[in-house]
Amino acid sequence: MLLSIKGLAKSFNELEVLKDIEVEIEKGKVLSIMGPSGSGKTTLLRCLNALEQPDRGIFTFDDGLTLNFEKKISKQDALRLRRKSGMVFQSYNLFPHKTALENVTEGPIIVQKRNKADVQELAESLLEKVGLKDKMNLYPHQLSGGQQQRVGIARALAIEPELMLFDEPTSALDPELIGEVLTVIKDLAKENWTMVIVTHEVQFAEQVSDEVIFMDGGYIVEHGPPDKVLKAPREQRTQQFLQRILNPS
Amino acid sequence: MEPSLKLLKIGLVKMFHLNDMLFAITADQGGWELFKNSLLPMIKGGIKYTIPLTLISFVAGLILALLTAIMRLSKSSIVRTPAIVYVSAIRGTPLLVQLFIVFYGLPSLNITIDPFPSAIIAFSLNVGAYASEIIRASIISISKGQWEAAYTIGMTQNTALRRIILPQATRVSIPPLSNTFISLVKDTSLASLILVTELFRRAQEIAAVTYDFMLIYIEAAILYWIICFLLSIVQQAIEKRLERYTAT
Repeated sequence: MLLSIKGLAKSFNELEVLKDIEVEIEKGKVLSIMGPSGSGKTTLLRCLNALEQPDRGIFTFDDGLTLNFEKKISKQDALRLRRKSGMVFQSYNLFPHKTALENVTEGPIIVQKRNKADVQELAESLLEKVGLKDKMNLYPHQLSGGQQQRVGIARALAIEPELMLFDEPTSALDPELIGEVLTVIKDLAKENWTMVIVTHEVQFAEQVSDEVIFMDGGYIVEHGPPDKVLKAPREQRTQQFLQRILNPS
Repeated sequence: MEPSLKLLKIGLVKMFHLNDMLFAITADQGGWELFKNSLLPMIKGGIKYTIPLTLISFVAGLILALLTAIMRLSKSSIVRTPAIVYVSAIRGTPLLVQLFIVFYGLPSLNITIDPFPSAIIAFSLNVGAYASEIIRASIISISKGQWEAAYTIGMTQNTALRRIILPQATRVSIPPLSNTFISLVKDTSLASLILVTELFRRAQEIAAVTYDFMLIYIEAAILYWIICFLLSIVQQAIEKRLERYTAT
Protein backbone atom coordinates (compact mmCIF):
# COMPACT_ATOMS: atom_id res chain seq x y z
CA MET A 1 0.00 0.00 0.00
CA LEU A 2 1.60 3.26 -1.14
CA LEU A 3 -0.81 5.49 0.72
CA SER A 4 -3.70 4.89 3.04
CA ILE A 5 -6.16 7.69 3.77
CA LYS A 6 -8.44 7.62 6.77
CA GLY A 7 -11.19 9.97 7.93
CA LEU A 8 -10.46 12.67 5.38
CA ALA A 9 -12.80 15.65 5.68
CA LYS A 10 -12.75 19.08 4.10
CA SER A 11 -15.16 22.01 4.17
CA PHE A 12 -15.17 25.28 2.29
CA ASN A 13 -16.79 27.72 4.68
CA GLU A 14 -20.04 25.97 5.59
CA LEU A 15 -20.01 23.56 2.69
CA GLU A 16 -18.75 20.07 3.50
CA VAL A 17 -17.04 18.91 0.34
CA LEU A 18 -15.45 15.73 1.68
CA LYS A 19 -17.01 13.69 4.46
CA ASP A 20 -15.02 10.96 6.12
CA ILE A 21 -13.23 9.60 3.06
CA GLU A 22 -11.30 6.31 3.31
CA VAL A 23 -9.11 5.31 0.37
CA GLU A 24 -6.15 3.06 -0.14
CA ILE A 25 -3.81 3.62 -3.03
CA GLU A 26 -1.86 0.57 -4.06
CA LYS A 27 1.57 0.77 -5.54
CA GLY A 28 1.57 0.31 -9.31
CA LYS A 29 -2.19 0.47 -9.55
CA VAL A 30 -4.49 2.95 -11.26
CA LEU A 31 -7.35 4.41 -9.28
CA SER A 32 -10.01 6.41 -11.13
CA ILE A 33 -12.37 8.79 -9.40
CA MET A 34 -15.67 9.53 -11.09
CA GLY A 35 -18.75 11.42 -10.09
CA PRO A 36 -20.89 14.46 -10.87
CA SER A 37 -19.42 17.94 -10.57
CA GLY A 38 -19.46 19.14 -7.00
CA SER A 39 -19.13 15.60 -5.69
CA GLY A 40 -15.72 16.37 -4.15
CA LYS A 41 -13.54 14.32 -6.50
CA THR A 42 -11.24 17.17 -7.49
CA THR A 43 -10.95 18.31 -3.88
CA LEU A 44 -9.95 14.79 -2.88
CA LEU A 45 -7.24 14.79 -5.53
CA ARG A 46 -6.02 18.23 -4.48
CA CYS A 47 -5.80 17.12 -0.85
CA LEU A 48 -3.37 14.42 -1.95
CA ASN A 49 -1.05 17.16 -3.16
CA ALA A 50 -1.60 19.67 -0.34
CA LEU A 51 -3.14 22.12 -2.78
CA GLU A 52 -6.02 21.95 -0.34
CA GLN A 53 -5.40 21.56 3.35
CA PRO A 54 -7.78 18.90 4.76
CA ASP A 55 -9.64 19.73 7.98
CA ARG A 56 -9.25 16.20 9.32
CA GLY A 57 -7.77 12.92 8.23
CA ILE A 58 -4.65 10.83 8.40
CA PHE A 59 -2.36 10.02 5.48
CA THR A 60 -0.01 7.09 5.98
CA PHE A 61 2.66 6.40 3.38
CA ASP A 62 4.51 3.12 2.98
CA ASP A 63 7.80 4.82 3.88
CA GLY A 64 6.44 5.76 7.27
CA LEU A 65 5.51 9.37 6.54
CA THR A 66 2.32 10.00 8.46
CA LEU A 67 0.40 13.24 8.31
CA ASN A 68 -2.43 14.00 10.68
CA PHE A 69 -4.48 16.97 9.55
CA GLU A 70 -6.24 17.44 12.89
CA LYS A 71 -3.78 20.31 13.36
CA LYS A 72 -2.55 22.47 10.50
CA ILE A 73 0.45 20.66 9.07
CA SER A 74 3.78 22.47 8.84
CA LYS A 75 5.11 23.93 5.62
CA GLN A 76 7.81 21.26 5.56
CA ASP A 77 5.24 18.48 5.82
CA ALA A 78 3.12 20.04 3.09
CA LEU A 79 6.23 20.20 0.93
CA ARG A 80 7.12 16.59 1.72
CA LEU A 81 3.62 15.46 0.79
CA ARG A 82 3.71 17.54 -2.36
CA ARG A 83 7.02 16.15 -3.49
CA LYS A 84 5.65 12.62 -3.44
CA SER A 85 3.31 13.29 -6.31
CA GLY A 86 3.16 14.90 -9.71
CA MET A 87 0.02 16.72 -10.80
CA VAL A 88 -1.55 17.08 -14.23
CA PHE A 89 -4.12 19.85 -14.39
CA GLN A 90 -7.31 20.19 -16.36
CA SER A 91 -6.11 23.51 -17.78
CA TYR A 92 -2.49 22.28 -18.24
CA ASN A 93 -1.01 25.27 -16.36
CA LEU A 94 2.22 25.11 -18.31
CA PHE A 95 4.61 27.98 -17.64
CA PRO A 96 4.01 30.24 -20.64
CA HIS A 97 7.41 31.95 -20.42
CA LYS A 98 9.29 28.67 -20.72
CA THR A 99 9.67 26.30 -23.65
CA ALA A 100 8.28 22.78 -23.49
CA LEU A 101 11.74 21.52 -22.53
CA GLU A 102 12.22 24.19 -19.86
CA ASN A 103 8.82 23.36 -18.42
CA VAL A 104 10.01 19.80 -17.94
CA THR A 105 13.49 20.62 -16.61
CA GLU A 106 12.37 23.36 -14.19
CA GLY A 107 11.40 21.01 -11.34
CA PRO A 108 14.42 18.69 -11.42
CA ILE A 109 16.98 21.49 -11.91
CA ILE A 110 15.59 24.29 -9.74
CA VAL A 111 13.84 22.32 -7.01
CA GLN A 112 15.70 19.02 -6.89
CA LYS A 113 19.04 20.55 -7.88
CA ARG A 114 19.89 17.61 -10.06
CA ASN A 115 22.71 17.64 -12.57
CA LYS A 116 21.73 19.75 -15.58
CA ALA A 117 23.07 17.41 -18.25
CA ASP A 118 21.30 14.41 -16.72
CA VAL A 119 18.06 16.34 -16.45
CA GLN A 120 18.35 17.51 -20.02
CA GLU A 121 18.66 13.91 -21.15
CA LEU A 122 15.78 12.80 -18.92
CA ALA A 123 13.55 15.64 -20.15
CA GLU A 124 14.24 14.83 -23.77
CA SER A 125 13.41 11.18 -23.22
CA LEU A 126 10.20 12.11 -21.39
CA LEU A 127 9.17 14.41 -24.21
CA GLU A 128 9.94 11.62 -26.62
CA LYS A 129 7.76 9.30 -24.53
CA VAL A 130 4.83 11.71 -24.92
CA GLY A 131 5.63 12.13 -28.61
CA LEU A 132 6.85 15.71 -28.54
CA LYS A 133 10.59 15.57 -28.88
CA ASP A 134 10.45 17.56 -32.11
CA LYS A 135 8.47 20.30 -30.36
CA MET A 136 10.65 20.65 -27.29
CA ASN A 137 11.87 24.14 -28.09
CA LEU A 138 8.42 25.60 -28.71
CA TYR A 139 6.57 27.75 -26.20
CA PRO A 140 3.21 26.54 -24.85
CA HIS A 141 1.20 28.98 -26.96
CA GLN A 142 2.70 27.40 -30.07
CA LEU A 143 1.30 23.98 -29.10
CA SER A 144 -2.20 22.55 -29.37
CA GLY A 145 -4.18 21.74 -26.24
CA GLY A 146 -3.37 18.04 -26.51
CA GLN A 147 0.32 18.76 -26.98
CA GLN A 148 0.32 21.13 -24.01
CA GLN A 149 -1.29 18.50 -21.84
CA ARG A 150 1.31 15.96 -22.89
CA VAL A 151 4.04 18.42 -21.91
CA GLY A 152 2.17 18.78 -18.61
CA ILE A 153 2.42 15.03 -18.12
CA ALA A 154 6.14 15.05 -18.92
CA ARG A 155 6.66 17.92 -16.49
CA ALA A 156 4.95 15.95 -13.71
CA LEU A 157 6.90 12.78 -14.52
CA ALA A 158 10.21 14.67 -14.48
CA ILE A 159 10.21 15.12 -10.73
CA GLU A 160 10.05 11.32 -10.50
CA PRO A 161 7.05 11.18 -8.18
CA GLU A 162 5.79 8.06 -6.49
CA LEU A 163 2.27 8.99 -7.39
CA MET A 164 0.81 10.67 -10.48
CA LEU A 165 -2.36 12.70 -10.05
CA PHE A 166 -4.58 13.67 -12.98
CA ASP A 167 -7.34 16.24 -12.55
CA GLU A 168 -9.73 15.76 -15.48
CA PRO A 169 -6.80 15.78 -17.90
CA THR A 170 -8.94 15.77 -21.03
CA SER A 171 -11.90 17.94 -19.99
CA ALA A 172 -10.53 21.11 -21.59
CA LEU A 173 -9.59 19.42 -24.84
CA ASP A 174 -11.30 19.39 -28.21
CA PRO A 175 -12.73 15.91 -28.81
CA GLU A 176 -10.24 15.02 -31.53
CA LEU A 177 -7.31 15.74 -29.18
CA ILE A 178 -8.50 13.61 -26.26
CA GLY A 179 -7.17 10.36 -27.67
CA GLU A 180 -3.52 11.41 -27.84
CA VAL A 181 -3.55 12.31 -24.13
CA LEU A 182 -5.38 9.17 -23.04
CA THR A 183 -2.92 7.06 -25.01
CA VAL A 184 -0.03 8.55 -23.07
CA ILE A 185 -1.78 7.85 -19.76
CA LYS A 186 -2.48 4.26 -20.82
CA ASP A 187 1.20 3.81 -21.64
CA LEU A 188 2.07 4.99 -18.14
CA ALA A 189 -0.34 2.46 -16.68
CA LYS A 190 1.49 -0.27 -18.58
CA GLU A 191 4.74 0.91 -17.01
CA ASN A 192 3.12 0.41 -13.61
CA TRP A 193 3.00 4.01 -12.52
CA THR A 194 0.79 4.52 -9.48
CA MET A 195 -1.90 6.91 -10.65
CA VAL A 196 -5.03 8.59 -9.37
CA ILE A 197 -7.19 9.94 -12.18
CA VAL A 198 -10.26 12.12 -11.93
CA THR A 199 -12.07 11.65 -15.23
CA HIS A 200 -15.38 11.69 -17.03
CA GLU A 201 -14.21 9.31 -19.73
CA VAL A 202 -16.05 6.11 -18.80
CA GLN A 203 -14.55 3.95 -21.52
CA PHE A 204 -11.05 5.12 -20.71
CA ALA A 205 -11.57 4.53 -16.98
CA GLU A 206 -12.73 1.02 -17.77
CA GLN A 207 -9.63 0.27 -19.80
CA VAL A 208 -7.02 1.88 -17.61
CA SER A 209 -8.20 1.46 -14.02
CA ASP A 210 -7.56 -1.25 -11.51
CA GLU A 211 -10.09 0.34 -9.24
CA VAL A 212 -12.83 2.92 -9.58
CA ILE A 213 -14.34 5.16 -6.95
CA PHE A 214 -17.71 6.78 -7.55
CA MET A 215 -18.28 9.89 -5.45
CA ASP A 216 -21.36 11.95 -4.79
CA GLY A 217 -22.09 14.66 -2.24
CA GLY A 218 -18.72 14.33 -0.55
CA TYR A 219 -19.00 10.58 0.04
CA ILE A 220 -17.57 7.58 -1.70
CA VAL A 221 -20.75 5.96 -2.93
CA GLU A 222 -19.25 2.97 -4.64
CA HIS A 223 -15.80 1.48 -4.78
CA GLY A 224 -14.48 -1.52 -6.70
CA PRO A 225 -12.96 -2.85 -9.90
CA PRO A 226 -14.13 -1.10 -13.08
CA ASP A 227 -16.11 -4.04 -14.43
CA LYS A 228 -18.21 -3.91 -11.27
CA VAL A 229 -18.59 -0.17 -10.65
CA LEU A 230 -18.87 0.86 -14.28
CA LYS A 231 -20.50 -2.21 -15.83
CA ALA A 232 -22.77 -3.39 -13.05
CA PRO A 233 -23.12 -0.65 -10.45
CA ARG A 234 -24.97 -1.56 -7.27
CA GLU A 235 -25.89 1.94 -6.19
CA GLN A 236 -28.71 3.84 -7.82
CA ARG A 237 -26.77 7.09 -7.89
CA THR A 238 -23.94 5.44 -9.82
CA GLN A 239 -26.40 3.93 -12.26
CA GLN A 240 -28.09 7.29 -12.85
CA PHE A 241 -24.79 9.08 -13.34
CA LEU A 242 -23.44 6.53 -15.79
CA GLN A 243 -26.67 6.57 -17.73
CA ARG A 244 -26.55 10.35 -17.97
CA ILE A 245 -23.02 10.51 -19.31
CA LEU A 246 -23.32 7.49 -21.59
CA ASN A 247 -26.61 8.67 -23.11
CA PRO A 248 -26.53 12.45 -22.80
CA SER A 249 -29.65 13.02 -24.93
CA MET B 1 18.04 98.18 -25.40
CA GLU B 2 19.30 100.82 -22.99
CA PRO B 3 22.87 100.36 -21.75
CA SER B 4 21.81 100.59 -18.12
CA LEU B 5 19.29 97.80 -18.52
CA LYS B 6 21.88 95.66 -20.25
CA LEU B 7 24.26 96.25 -17.35
CA LEU B 8 21.59 95.16 -14.91
CA LYS B 9 21.15 91.91 -16.77
CA ILE B 10 24.83 91.24 -16.80
CA GLY B 11 24.75 91.87 -13.07
CA LEU B 12 21.95 89.36 -12.75
CA VAL B 13 23.96 86.74 -14.60
CA LYS B 14 26.79 87.19 -12.12
CA MET B 15 24.43 87.16 -9.17
CA PHE B 16 23.02 83.81 -10.21
CA HIS B 17 26.54 82.36 -10.34
CA LEU B 18 25.89 80.96 -13.71
CA ASN B 19 28.81 79.07 -15.06
CA ASP B 20 30.90 79.85 -18.10
CA MET B 21 28.51 78.36 -20.57
CA LEU B 22 25.82 80.79 -19.61
CA PHE B 23 28.07 83.77 -20.21
CA ALA B 24 27.60 83.09 -23.88
CA ILE B 25 24.02 84.07 -23.33
CA THR B 26 23.19 87.73 -23.24
CA ALA B 27 19.98 89.60 -23.22
CA ASP B 28 20.37 91.09 -26.67
CA GLN B 29 20.63 87.79 -28.54
CA GLY B 30 17.91 87.11 -31.07
CA GLY B 31 15.68 84.04 -31.20
CA TRP B 32 17.70 81.45 -33.07
CA GLU B 33 21.01 82.46 -31.55
CA LEU B 34 19.55 82.35 -28.05
CA PHE B 35 17.96 78.98 -28.78
CA LYS B 36 21.29 77.55 -29.91
CA ASN B 37 23.23 79.01 -27.01
CA SER B 38 20.72 77.76 -24.45
CA LEU B 39 20.72 74.27 -25.83
CA LEU B 40 24.06 73.21 -24.41
CA PRO B 41 23.47 74.34 -20.81
CA MET B 42 20.06 72.69 -20.80
CA ILE B 43 21.32 69.44 -22.28
CA LYS B 44 24.15 69.44 -19.77
CA GLY B 45 21.60 69.93 -17.00
CA GLY B 46 19.69 67.04 -18.47
CA ILE B 47 22.66 64.70 -18.71
CA LYS B 48 24.17 65.68 -15.39
CA TYR B 49 21.00 65.74 -13.31
CA THR B 50 17.68 64.97 -15.03
CA ILE B 51 18.66 61.59 -16.46
CA PRO B 52 20.69 60.30 -13.47
CA LEU B 53 17.96 61.51 -11.12
CA THR B 54 15.37 59.65 -13.17
CA LEU B 55 17.35 56.44 -13.51
CA ILE B 56 18.54 56.19 -9.90
CA SER B 57 15.12 57.07 -8.48
CA PHE B 58 13.40 54.62 -10.78
CA VAL B 59 15.65 51.69 -9.93
CA ALA B 60 15.53 52.44 -6.19
CA GLY B 61 11.78 53.00 -6.47
CA LEU B 62 11.28 49.66 -8.22
CA ILE B 63 13.14 47.76 -5.52
CA LEU B 64 11.04 49.53 -2.90
CA ALA B 65 7.92 48.82 -4.96
CA LEU B 66 8.62 45.10 -5.25
CA LEU B 67 9.20 44.87 -1.52
CA THR B 68 6.03 46.84 -0.80
CA ALA B 69 3.97 44.78 -3.24
CA ILE B 70 5.12 41.53 -1.63
CA MET B 71 4.40 42.94 1.83
CA ARG B 72 0.91 43.95 0.71
CA LEU B 73 0.23 40.44 -0.54
CA SER B 74 1.21 38.91 2.79
CA LYS B 75 -1.39 37.15 4.90
CA SER B 76 -0.08 38.78 8.06
CA SER B 77 -1.57 42.18 8.84
CA ILE B 78 1.58 43.19 10.73
CA VAL B 79 3.50 42.89 7.48
CA ARG B 80 0.73 44.34 5.35
CA THR B 81 -0.16 47.45 7.33
CA PRO B 82 3.11 49.41 7.02
CA ALA B 83 2.99 48.88 3.26
CA ILE B 84 -0.61 50.08 3.08
CA VAL B 85 0.14 53.19 5.14
CA TYR B 86 3.21 54.00 3.07
CA VAL B 87 1.37 53.74 -0.25
CA SER B 88 -1.58 55.73 1.07
CA ALA B 89 0.60 58.52 2.49
CA ILE B 90 2.68 58.93 -0.65
CA ARG B 91 -0.26 58.77 -3.01
CA GLY B 92 -2.26 61.12 -0.82
CA THR B 93 0.28 63.95 -0.72
CA PRO B 94 1.73 66.13 -3.48
CA LEU B 95 5.15 65.21 -4.74
CA LEU B 96 6.27 68.81 -4.34
CA VAL B 97 5.33 68.73 -0.67
CA GLN B 98 7.29 65.49 -0.23
CA LEU B 99 10.32 67.11 -1.86
CA PHE B 100 10.06 70.15 0.41
CA ILE B 101 9.74 67.99 3.52
CA VAL B 102 12.93 66.12 2.66
CA PHE B 103 14.95 69.18 1.63
CA TYR B 104 13.55 72.06 3.69
CA GLY B 105 11.86 70.15 6.50
CA LEU B 106 14.44 67.61 7.63
CA PRO B 107 17.13 70.22 8.47
CA SER B 108 15.00 71.31 11.42
CA LEU B 109 15.55 67.78 12.78
CA ASN B 110 19.25 68.34 12.18
CA ILE B 111 19.17 66.14 9.11
CA THR B 112 20.56 68.13 6.23
CA ILE B 113 20.70 66.47 2.86
CA ASP B 114 22.07 68.02 -0.31
CA PRO B 115 19.66 68.90 -3.11
CA PHE B 116 20.48 65.97 -5.38
CA PRO B 117 20.24 63.17 -2.79
CA SER B 118 17.13 64.86 -1.36
CA ALA B 119 15.53 64.66 -4.77
CA ILE B 120 16.55 61.02 -5.12
CA ILE B 121 15.00 60.16 -1.76
CA ALA B 122 11.73 61.92 -2.51
CA PHE B 123 11.40 60.57 -6.05
CA SER B 124 12.31 57.00 -5.04
CA LEU B 125 9.70 57.00 -2.30
CA ASN B 126 7.18 58.37 -4.74
CA VAL B 127 7.91 55.86 -7.48
CA GLY B 128 8.00 53.06 -4.89
CA ALA B 129 4.42 53.75 -3.84
CA TYR B 130 2.94 54.07 -7.31
CA ALA B 131 4.88 51.20 -8.84
CA SER B 132 4.05 48.89 -5.93
CA GLU B 133 0.38 49.09 -6.89
CA ILE B 134 1.28 48.21 -10.48
CA ILE B 135 3.44 45.28 -9.42
CA ARG B 136 0.84 44.04 -6.96
CA ALA B 137 -1.85 44.15 -9.62
CA SER B 138 0.37 42.29 -12.10
CA ILE B 139 1.16 39.57 -9.57
CA ILE B 140 -2.53 39.16 -8.82
CA SER B 141 -3.30 39.00 -12.54
CA ILE B 142 -1.27 35.80 -12.96
CA SER B 143 -3.64 32.86 -12.70
CA LYS B 144 -3.77 30.79 -9.53
CA GLY B 145 -2.99 27.75 -11.67
CA GLN B 146 0.53 29.04 -12.22
CA TRP B 147 1.17 29.09 -8.47
CA GLU B 148 -0.32 25.63 -8.14
CA ALA B 149 1.71 24.21 -11.00
CA ALA B 150 4.84 25.62 -9.38
CA TYR B 151 3.89 24.09 -6.03
CA THR B 152 3.23 20.70 -7.58
CA ILE B 153 6.74 20.49 -8.96
CA GLY B 154 7.93 21.07 -5.40
CA MET B 155 8.58 24.80 -5.34
CA THR B 156 8.27 26.87 -2.20
CA GLN B 157 6.32 30.11 -2.32
CA ASN B 158 9.49 32.17 -2.74
CA THR B 159 10.84 30.06 -5.58
CA ALA B 160 7.47 30.09 -7.30
CA LEU B 161 7.32 33.87 -7.02
CA ARG B 162 10.83 34.33 -8.36
CA ARG B 163 10.89 31.71 -11.11
CA ILE B 164 7.29 31.52 -12.29
CA ILE B 165 5.16 34.44 -11.19
CA LEU B 166 7.42 37.50 -11.40
CA PRO B 167 8.70 36.80 -14.92
CA GLN B 168 5.10 36.72 -16.11
CA ALA B 169 4.06 39.67 -13.97
CA THR B 170 6.94 41.67 -15.44
CA ARG B 171 5.46 41.30 -18.88
CA VAL B 172 2.11 42.58 -17.62
CA SER B 173 3.63 45.48 -15.74
CA ILE B 174 5.89 46.90 -18.46
CA PRO B 175 3.31 49.24 -20.06
CA PRO B 176 2.08 50.79 -16.80
CA LEU B 177 5.61 50.97 -15.39
CA SER B 178 6.76 52.77 -18.53
CA ASN B 179 4.07 55.32 -17.82
CA THR B 180 5.43 55.80 -14.33
CA PHE B 181 8.93 56.13 -15.75
CA ILE B 182 7.94 58.76 -18.28
CA SER B 183 6.01 60.68 -15.63
CA LEU B 184 9.11 60.55 -13.48
CA VAL B 185 11.24 62.12 -16.22
CA LYS B 186 8.89 65.06 -16.27
CA ASP B 187 8.42 65.20 -12.51
CA THR B 188 12.16 65.64 -12.02
CA SER B 189 11.60 69.24 -13.18
CA LEU B 190 10.20 69.80 -9.67
CA ALA B 191 13.72 69.28 -8.35
CA SER B 192 14.47 72.74 -9.74
CA LEU B 193 12.58 74.04 -6.71
CA ILE B 194 15.06 72.48 -4.31
CA LEU B 195 18.04 73.90 -6.19
CA VAL B 196 19.01 70.90 -8.29
CA THR B 197 20.42 72.44 -11.46
CA GLU B 198 18.65 70.03 -13.74
CA LEU B 199 17.29 70.78 -17.17
CA PHE B 200 14.41 72.98 -16.12
CA ARG B 201 16.36 74.96 -13.56
CA ARG B 202 18.82 75.77 -16.30
CA ALA B 203 15.90 76.99 -18.38
CA GLN B 204 14.69 79.16 -15.52
CA GLU B 205 18.11 80.62 -15.03
CA ILE B 206 18.45 81.50 -18.68
CA ALA B 207 14.94 82.89 -18.84
CA ALA B 208 15.60 85.02 -15.79
CA VAL B 209 18.43 86.72 -17.64
CA THR B 210 16.96 87.02 -21.08
CA TYR B 211 13.27 87.46 -20.31
CA ASP B 212 12.62 85.29 -23.33
CA PHE B 213 10.30 82.98 -21.39
CA MET B 214 8.36 81.64 -24.33
CA LEU B 215 11.38 80.61 -26.34
CA ILE B 216 13.32 79.12 -23.44
CA TYR B 217 10.45 77.19 -21.89
CA ILE B 218 9.35 75.86 -25.28
CA GLU B 219 12.93 74.75 -25.78
CA ALA B 220 12.86 72.96 -22.41
CA ALA B 221 9.55 71.36 -23.33
CA ILE B 222 11.02 70.08 -26.60
CA LEU B 223 13.97 68.56 -24.78
CA TYR B 224 11.67 66.72 -22.33
CA TRP B 225 9.60 65.58 -25.25
CA ILE B 226 12.63 64.16 -27.03
CA ILE B 227 13.74 62.27 -23.92
CA CYS B 228 10.27 60.79 -23.44
CA PHE B 229 9.98 59.91 -27.10
CA LEU B 230 13.26 58.02 -27.00
CA LEU B 231 12.11 56.22 -23.85
CA SER B 232 8.89 55.12 -25.47
CA ILE B 233 10.93 53.54 -28.26
CA VAL B 234 12.93 51.61 -25.65
CA GLN B 235 9.66 50.55 -24.02
CA GLN B 236 8.34 49.17 -27.30
CA ALA B 237 11.55 47.23 -27.84
CA ILE B 238 11.31 45.67 -24.38
CA GLU B 239 7.66 44.76 -24.88
CA LYS B 240 8.43 43.20 -28.20
CA ARG B 241 11.16 41.09 -26.66
CA LEU B 242 8.87 39.89 -23.87
CA GLU B 243 6.15 39.09 -26.35
CA ARG B 244 8.04 36.10 -27.69
CA TYR B 245 6.22 33.72 -25.38
CA THR B 246 2.73 35.17 -25.47
CA ALA B 247 0.05 34.27 -27.94
CA THR B 248 -1.05 37.14 -30.10
